[in-house]
Amino acid sequence: MTEGDIREEILDILESIAPDEDLTQIDDGVNFRDQLELDSMDFLDIVMELRKRHRIQIPEDDYVQLASMKSTVTFLEPLMKDIERV
Amino acid sequence: MYDTIIIGAGMSGLAAGIRLAYFEQRVCILERHTTIGGLNSFYRMRGRDYDVGLHALTNITPRGTKRGPLARLLKQLRLTRDELQIAPQLGSEVVFPGVRLRFSNDFELLRAEIAREFPQQIDNFERVVSEIVEYDDLDESHQAVSARQKLGEIISEPLLIEMFFCPLMFYGSAREHDMDWGQFSIMFRSIFMEGLGRPYAGVRLILKHLVRKFRGLGGELKLRSGVERLAVEGGRVCGVVLDSGEELRADRVLSSAGWLETMRMCDDGQPVSHRGAGQLSFCETIATLDVQPEKIGHRSTITFFNDSKKFSWKKPDEPCDVHSGVICSPNNFDYGGQRLEEGTMRITALANFDYWNDLSEYDYEMEKLRWYDRITDSGVRFVPDYRHRVIDTDMFTPATVVRFTGHEGGAIYGTPEKQFDGRTHLDNLFVCGTDQGFVGIVGSIVSGISMANRHCLKG
Ligand SMILES: Cc1cc2nc3c(=O)[nH]c(=O)nc-3n(C[C@H](O)[C@H](O)[C@H](O)COP(=O)(O)OP(=O)(O)OC[C@H]3O[C@@H](n4cnc5c(N)ncnc54)[C@H](O)[C@@H]3O)c2cc1C
Repeated sequence: MTEGDIREEILDILESIAPDEDLTQIDDGVNFRDQLELDSMDFLDIVMELRKRHRIQIPEDDYVQLASMKSTVTFLEPLMKDIERV
Repeated sequence: MYDTIIIGAGMSGLAAGIRLAYFEQRVCILERHTTIGGLNSFYRMRGRDYDVGLHALTNITPRGTKRGPLARLLKQLRLTRDELQIAPQLGSEVVFPGVRLRFSNDFELLRAEIAREFPQQIDNFERVVSEIVEYDDLDESHQAVSARQKLGEIISEPLLIEMFFCPLMFYGSAREHDMDWGQFSIMFRSIFMEGLGRPYAGVRLILKHLVRKFRGLGGELKLRSGVERLAVEGGRVCGVVLDSGEELRADRVLSSAGWLETMRMCDDGQPVSHRGAGQLSFCETIATLDVQPEKIGHRSTITFFNDSKKFSWKKPDEPCDVHSGVICSPNNFDYGGQRLEEGTMRITALANFDYWNDLSEYDYEMEKLRWYDRITDSGVRFVPDYRHRVIDTDMFTPATVVRFTGHEGGAIYGTPEKQFDGRTHLDNLFVCGTDQGFVGIVGSIVSGISMANRHCLKG
């Protein structure tokens, strides 16, 4: 997956977790928490969805890497670059 | 071999099960009863559908609200608001001698009522509200401050304090006489600031969605499968032994059976940590009417009443305490044009478990009839008299609660000492539901979700 694919995938996950949020206006550099109503349970869901969909294990200490779209994509790129896009 | 075994198919167990099955765990829910729902189940009798508990769902925020327990629950279980078909209350009230405070899902009504009935207290009331808003329910340092003490420092009219306690204790206090400030804040928000609602089809609709979702995700549910004991080896649970003698193995166990009940199941000979069993149980009368309650002048959704200035929240010495109660009419929700076929009036009153438990079968039936009348006679002092319109009745007692849930002493809200982190003396045994901390339907669902997340999904 390219960084663009990963970004799309994260948007898809956010859509399933928070169907009522408007995701078209997301600013990649700003923390999710500051632009979406996400709580700690939602962050766990991002991690769990990644595990479910792509078998990626993210240790709890790394959850902080998922703060914004930009940091998430940067963090996931080495883990997901070899995954085929479906 | 399962990843997780869940004990109990009540609201908390089912919700936990959905979370784990959704994330592909091999999960099995074991339920002793012949049906799901636990404390909030349903049954059919003489051709009529009954709900065991459900008066109303709490925490009913307007559609589209992104915060609060209801929004969290829907998101976490991937349910939509439409699936639950929640109809808002028409309006409820707290009635004490000479004073009536009405409230609805619009908090402004309660504000206006307090300004009218207690004009001197309105500023103090606002101070209480702002403290309640600040209270963070996900914060672990649950404030074990006495709500009585805290309210007493701000509100100088004791009657108003009693009028807050009456509905909040009836809907969620495991503790006699007082509440923790944290629990008071949670209950105040969920009832007064968020609101009450009910699905047209009652609790069966909620349960149907939960169980369908769970099974659809590959979860296993075994009814008539009571857990007799937990097999413990070297500080860990390795599996469960059913009443039938069958053994099942799992990496971890999440129990909604209650704290004491779960501790007693452990076969490691560990002394059961001393923790007071809950004392508070209910009797409930259910009357079916040949008329819609509205037609006899009753429009209140829920009427909390108390017949003196002081509200007593303790196990009564009498079989039932008829001085106070909760009168609920499931007809009085806004079902958008639809209405329930028959009128129903339910009254809940505090009851003494030991009394009801010790009766012979014959006396039990006789006492049910006697106390049905006493509770009803007490209730109709506060709502229009419906006794001449009754075409069918039922009643349940603390003994019924035990039959449905196995909770010791018929304790509706479990033990007063909650285990907020859900942990036990064993590394891979956790508790959820009533004794973890959140009560009520929405509360126990949130409890199941958060304990599943925290102890069964992470890592
Ligand atoms: C009369 C009444 C009215 C109520 N009204 C409302 C209301 O209007 N609104 C509201 O929000 N809440 C209401 N409640 C409270 C609400 O029903 C409970 O708080 C909630 O259902 C608790 O869910 P739970 O999952 O924690 O526990 P339970 O429902 O008690 O579930 C525990 C389950 O575990 C099973 N079990 C126990 N031991 C074992 C074992 N050893 N092996 C296998 N299974 C076992 C039990 O059979 C049970 O099904 C009411 C309760 C009552 C009694």
